[in-house]
Amino acid sequence: MTTAPERTAYPPPGMPPADVVRVRDLAVVVGDKPLLVDVDLTVRRGERVGLIGESGSGKSLTALAIMGLLPEELHPSGSVVVTGQGPAGGERVTSVLEAGEPGLAAMRGRDVAMVFQEPMTALNPTMRVGAQVAEIMTIHGTVADRGAAAARAVDLLDKVGLPDPADAARAYPHQLSGGQRQRVVVAMALANDPALLICDEPTTALDVTVQALVLDLIVRGVQARDAGLLFITHDLAVVASVCERVLVMYGGRVVEAGPVLDVFTRPRHRYTRGLIGASDLDLTRPDGGLYTIQGSVPAAGRFPAGCVFRNRCTHATTTCETVPEWDGPGPEDGFACWHPVVHRG
Amino acid sequence: MVRGLRTGSPAGIQWCTVVELAIAVRDVVRDYRRPRTSLTRPGPVVHALRGVSLDVARGQRFGIVGESGCGKSTLLRIIAGLDQPTSGSVQVGGVEISRLPERRLGFLRAQLQLVFQDPMGSLDPRMRVRDIIAEPLVAQGHRNNLARVHELLEAVGLQPESADRFPHQFSGGQRQRISIARALAPDPRILVADEPVSALDVSVRAQVLNLLDELVHRLSLTLVFVSHDLSVVRHVCDTVAVMNRGEIVEMGPTDQVYDRPVHPYARQLVAAAPRLQAALAGRTAAVLAAETLAARTVSSDSVGSPNPLARPEAPGLATTTAPRDSSTPTPDPTPDPTPTPDPTPASGPAPKDAP
Repeated sequence: MTTAPERTAYPPPGMPPADVVRVRDLAVVVGDKPLLVDVDLTVRRGERVGLIGESGSGKSLTALAIMGLLPEELHPSGSVVVTGQGPAGGERVTSVLEAGEPGLAAMRGRDVAMVFQEPMTALNPTMRVGAQVAEIMTIHGTVADRGAAAARAVDLLDKVGLPDPADAARAYPHQLSGGQRQRVVVAMALANDPALLICDEPTTALDVTVQALVLDLIVRGVQARDAGLLFITHDLAVVASVCERVLVMYGGRVVEAGPVLDVFTRPRHRYTRGLIGASDLDLTRPDGGLYTIQGSVPAAGRFPAGCVFRNRCTHATTTCETVPEWDGPGPEDGFACWHPVVHRG
Repeated sequence: MVRGLRTGSPAGIQWCTVVELAIAVRDVVRDYRRPRTSLTRPGPVVHALRGVSLDVARGQRFGIVGESGCGKSTLLRIIAGLDQPTSGSVQVGGVEISRLPERRLGFLRAQLQLVFQDPMGSLDPRMRVRDIIAEPLVAQGHRNNLARVHELLEAVGLQPESADRFPHQFSGGQRQRISIARALAPDPRILVADEPVSALDVSVRAQVLNLLDELVHRLSLTLVFVSHDLSVVRHVCDTVAVMNRGEIVEMGPTDQVYDRPVHPYARQLVAAAPRLQAALAGRTAAVLAAETLAARTVSSDSVGSPNPLARPEAPGLATTTAPRDSSTPTPDPTPDPTPTPDPTPASGPAPKDAP
């Protein structure tokens, strides 16, 4: 793994990797509707963490809360602490929920960068892509001057695998294909060597053959920088290909968390198990049908009280009317279910 | 209607006497002309379909897979009579439908119905569910029949009370059920589904796939299923055609194409798809990318591997000794007799639910 020279002493040798983001008891409400409840999440340097769930589970909202990009009518509480690199090799700690706009603007694109699903809407259609990649470096002052920024932009476009990067830098977004645009967005996100890269369904809009290459690009990009990765997707196979740890969200809560292999081969929460059964099309019931979860995901704020999954769960009892306790050694490993799946052996 | 006998093959002859074709597409070409960008020159031409031929036997579950822009939706629109081919012929139930005017396509709407991808965009938000479902019946000249609507709602797993509600009051999965109920209203023989589960959540996708599966089985429908996702097609269909750049590059029994793809593009498609169990066994993003690139560059190096299209257990797939169409990319220069996926199969392999 290669790291830039100025970062070799970070973290100090012998210490566990530092947290780049630490989310505790994050809750988001709109009016009196809870959208996120008790979300705990930690990503350390060099870690790749997946956040999975269906639409309406709160994955994207969690990412927006970390970026400090929540719409005004949403009210967050709890704590979100981002630790990036300050000037001269020191640390810069941002309490996202308390920070003002200048502090957040300094953090976004520098300490934390984000790749969105739609590369066309993430890019400025009236600006050449090279200038867009260069802009993020001049804004944060991570390069000496505009000439250096332009040169480094071409270099970055080369690193993300755009053919003929000098030409590509002069192209407008509409002149590139979807996969190429997403490569440009990844180049922008990695331009300032962020401590944390957040990817929100980065390959959902791409063709499957392009997806494989962009996923590889993202993983190599964060590995080369020893950055943390928070990878949001609804696709379990993608998360298993990319991440080491995973958090499963449903109804605005983290219902299960742990190492990818454990969670996917020995799920404890009934929802996780149902989700794995329903997404694996190679797995069929004795009658040839697919495993399903009954019902559908309720609208935001309409989840039942107590266990959020109980209205769709085949094992739900009256116990489930109270919120299940988190069962596990820590917020990164455990589950919240009254009737967990028991694995023998 | 019987076509494409395989001379010298007893199995083929026997087969073709049994199978009736639901859909026969021959050498269909569709060119679109883009708006002109210069005063002196005409606009550029986009070749959406470049000579596509396929047969769908009655009762078959036929999948069409490809990435965005490969022409799969154009092909579907032409089969459904929503678009006209530039050249070539399309027969549905033995009747030529290309170049028929819209007013003479009524029989087609009774025989062939569509389910679209976006369950919100394909339902009129101002119509009640009962009117949405009954609309194809009204169009066919039947009276608005509430009993039939209730029967259809029950068939797709919705409550009869749903009839009085509007589309926005339903979730995505339920809306897709309404779309399916509407498609089934005129009691069609052929159901054509264009990415019907791509916009749905994972847990709901499985429900809708099971429903489609059950209905196709129970009503003995012929299914044409278009998807970008090979694993969904594998689950639903018995036969699959892989499309790339307006051409069918590989066609055969689904398991065979999935397990032993021959054409470089089909190989790439299979290699690039992340699969949960494989990923847990260590097929990381780096491996996925490497395999995808390898499939792209190593052009079908199937030396030593069996030629799946020549297997005897694929009786229906035409592997004629002289390929008719040299424009189809030849994937494999092995000495085996024609591994070229022939664009015009004599007939499909055994339908899953042959009567």
